[in-house]
Amino acid sequence: MRYLPLTESDRRAMLDVIGAKDVDELFRDVPAAARLAEALPLPRHQGEMEVERAFTRMAHKNLSAGCAPFFIGAGVYRHHIPASLDQLLLRGEFLTAYTPYQPEVSQGTLQALFQFQTQVAMITGMDVANASMYDGATAAAEAAIMACRVTKRNRVILSGTLHPHYVETTETSLRYTEMTAEALPPDPLGFEDLLGRIDAATACVVVQNPGFFGGVKDLRPLAAACHGAGALLVVMVAEPTSLGLFDSPGAMGADIVVAEGQSLGIGMNFGGPGLGLFATRDKFVRQMPGRLAGQTVDVDGKRGWVLTLSTREQHIRREKATSNICTNSGLCALAFSIHLTLLGETGYARLAELNHAAAVRLEGKLKAVKGLRVLAGSYYNEFAVHLGDDVDAAQVVDALADRGILGGVPASRFWPSWPELRPVLILAATETNTEADMDSLVSALKEVLS
Amino acid sequence: MSGQPTLSGNRGLQIEEKLIFEMDNPGSVAVDLPEPGPIDLDRMGGVARRGRIGLPDLSEPQVVRHFTRLSQKNYGIDSGFYPLGSCTMKHNPRLSEKMARLPGLADLHPLQPQKTVQGALEVIDSLAFWLKELTGLPAIAMSPAAGAHGEWCGLMAIRAAHEDRGEGHRRRMLVPESAHGTNPASAAMCGFTVDPIPAKDNGRVDLDAMKAKLGPDVAGLMLTNPNTCGLFESEIIEIAAAIHGAGGYFYCDGANFNAIVGRVRVADLGIDCMHINLHKTFSTPHGGGGPGAGPTVLSAALAPYAPVPYVVHGPQGLELVEGAREGAKPFGRVKGFHGQFGVFVRALAYIASMGADGLRQASGDAVLNANYLQASLSDALTASFDGPCMHEALFDDRFLKDTGVTTLDFAKALIDEGYHPMTMYFPLVVHGALLMEPTETESRETLDQFIAVVKGLAGRAKAGAAEDFKAAPRLTPRRRLDETLAARAPVLRWKAST
Repeated sequence: MRYLPLTESDRRAMLDVIGAKDVDELFRDVPAAARLAEALPLPRHQGEMEVERAFTRMAHKNLSAGCAPFFIGAGVYRHHIPASLDQLLLRGEFLTAYTPYQPEVSQGTLQALFQFQTQVAMITGMDVANASMYDGATAAAEAAIMACRVTKRNRVILSGTLHPHYVETTETSLRYTEMTAEALPPDPLGFEDLLGRIDAATACVVVQNPGFFGGVKDLRPLAAACHGAGALLVVMVAEPTSLGLFDSPGAMGADIVVAEGQSLGIGMNFGGPGLGLFATRDKFVRQMPGRLAGQTVDVDGKRGWVLTLSTREQHIRREKATSNICTNSGLCALAFSIHLTLLGETGYARLAELNHAAAVRLEGKLKAVKGLRVLAGSYYNEFAVHLGDDVDAAQVVDALADRGILGGVPASRFWPSWPELRPVLILAATETNTEADMDSLVSALKEVLS
Repeated sequence: MSGQPTLSGNRGLQIEEKLIFEMDNPGSVAVDLPEPGPIDLDRMGGVARRGRIGLPDLSEPQVVRHFTRLSQKNYGIDSGFYPLGSCTMKHNPRLSEKMARLPGLADLHPLQPQKTVQGALEVIDSLAFWLKELTGLPAIAMSPAAGAHGEWCGLMAIRAAHEDRGEGHRRRMLVPESAHGTNPASAAMCGFTVDPIPAKDNGRVDLDAMKAKLGPDVAGLMLTNPNTCGLFESEIIEIAAAIHGAGGYFYCDGANFNAIVGRVRVADLGIDCMHINLHKTFSTPHGGGGPGAGPTVLSAALAPYAPVPYVVHGPQGLELVEGAREGAKPFGRVKGFHGQFGVFVRALAYIASMGADGLRQASGDAVLNANYLQASLSDALTASFDGPCMHEALFDDRFLKDTGVTTLDFAKALIDEGYHPMTMYFPLVVHGALLMEPTETESRETLDQFIAVVKGLAGRAKAGAAEDFKAAPRLTPRRRLDETLAARAPVLRWKAST
């Protein structure tokens, strides 16, 4: 078996050194009734060729995004990933390393994390960022928990602009705690009144910008209202390429910024793994969840990096830790950082412009579809459309798929029991969409809706 | 190092590398993007960015060289032996990477119509099948993103089950002193209080002490098995009966599953739920700290409370259930979308490669390798417990008594010898712990070399070479780093002024 170096003669010789008759003897502490005498009756080992054949067969049962005009977003975005990125990611010293607890043999990972933290802090407009969370949803939940810890209050308000998975994950995370989550209804038109809900018990308001239905807002009035009431503003960014074009959440007054980092350097991968970004102000750093890389010097006085402030973490503080997180999304953080490094200031801004321009172009073309109206007045690379009062967007998406087009996400996938959302479709356009893609979508939509 | 310092500060293959922010060359590009044309400010909500972010501009060759050089300052499993206990640092097959990159699996959106992703759902369903078969438990939550997340998921199911039975007052969770720190931290996040239970001299849970802690407010027990001392909990069936008898559930931390895959089904031990670290047992890369995956198997009693989403077999093929449905009482959702799919592909490719026979051989070889280390080193070091270990061998620092050398010094000396250190000072139940997990993917030759080095170092320590140990490592890109300084005056990002 190709991953197992020991031969039968090795095993024999090693058992002799141990003084055991056979390997089974080494399992003698296992209650006899629970010991399996032989391998389970399941498929046996296979060579690479056989495994590749089986996986290729499963892959062929899917319609992959590269084979279809593709307009799906809603928390996962399709962007072009530069070829050099994956080659760097596959370097064994990155890929097969453990968490950098031994700094002398991990300076590569640690420096990369320090750079990642800096990049995240820069684009979010915050002082400090951690070394990653699992994904956007868990980062949002952790932000809500942290805000309660900071304010010593227990009421969390979740905006109707927040991705429904982030809402559900946050609600679940608070379910058996003293904290409570108050989720506002989905807000496709951007009409919700958050300011009126903030009170003296409010720990934080969690809002997404651009919102789940696409809308982009100036959050300064909300930040002022939060701060006036002693609450924190948590801003979620589900599409981090947007920060190349818009004011940062930090500039608008956010106290904690969380994000899903998948857009940069990480493919879609059917939704996982993602990358949770988590940034905040210096004054809250000791309340943060997750790992932090920090700068220091070695015994020779040379600059180097270590994991630091670990007295917040579970391996030191156990049940009093700021979070139970241990393994995070290290390699995804590296991918994100490499992509942002390749883009640089110039490329990051241009990528954002290209995305916005693609969405503006798509909106223009959709004017030709009778009965369809775009719901958001402002957006980045994604917006919700209303297909007409009697139209079921899910059926439209299904019919588009039959035509080989992956044409957005129906809101009813998340809110099956909300009739007013049945005609709502969420469409995204990125730099990967061609004119021909958009024309295919528009003509198919006309056909399906006629 | 002997000899004169070099002019560049580089030392042969060890090249000093600045931060990307210190290499900024404005106007350089590493990605050629088309002209976007004029930007339509009408749609930007009045919040178009003003001013620069401060990101550095570099070209592709500079970026490739930068990250290549950083990688050279790292030690991975590909570099050498990584006996890090409790972490299962085994070889990461590249076939798994290749399969995860097939466009038909990688370039898929989680919200595509389900009929366009039947192959992806098959991956999830097949992996779920294997994990259920290997543990003997009937249900599984696939979405947890890592071990700690899986722990939390399992405990949430336990809490939900108690609440559903009207026994929400059960809030006390028993956790052995030797547990991973994530166990008590996860319990706290579910509103449980943590009640520690002691170990016996033989490194196992003290069954009588545990029984004495049982009561009507006990929610359950969290136990790592094999435990963090590398030992199988030989009284586990009695432990399970006791906790069940008191109305609690039995959670198993599956971090050490690699020792028993294909040899013991945890259902046969009376366990109600267990997370499985795919990045340990099923060989997906650790990636310098993640991503992992922590699918959590559940007993019939806990199955109704499994979080969404999950895959079922429906009339139209495989179906992803994302909301509440008849008969199910999901406790909620633990993350966005459907779990760590990219990690699932890798784990399933590994399982398909190994097969039921290979997985059983792997756990046997992992235990054999660990016992070989324990037997070969028990003269030179001090083994903490008698008898066979499972997949990891635990030593304490009695062999260093009066040498002036600490466990930490000993580990740092190993670095100069070309090894990643073992896990140090964990578990907390023995003094100055050195926990070694060789895994099944190390050859006898590698182990023999390592044994010779460890014996040699132990001899040097006893011969009075404390100063040499204190100075180690000498040959790494950086020597011992000042962690106190890092924590006292945190510098967590680069700033233009520094």
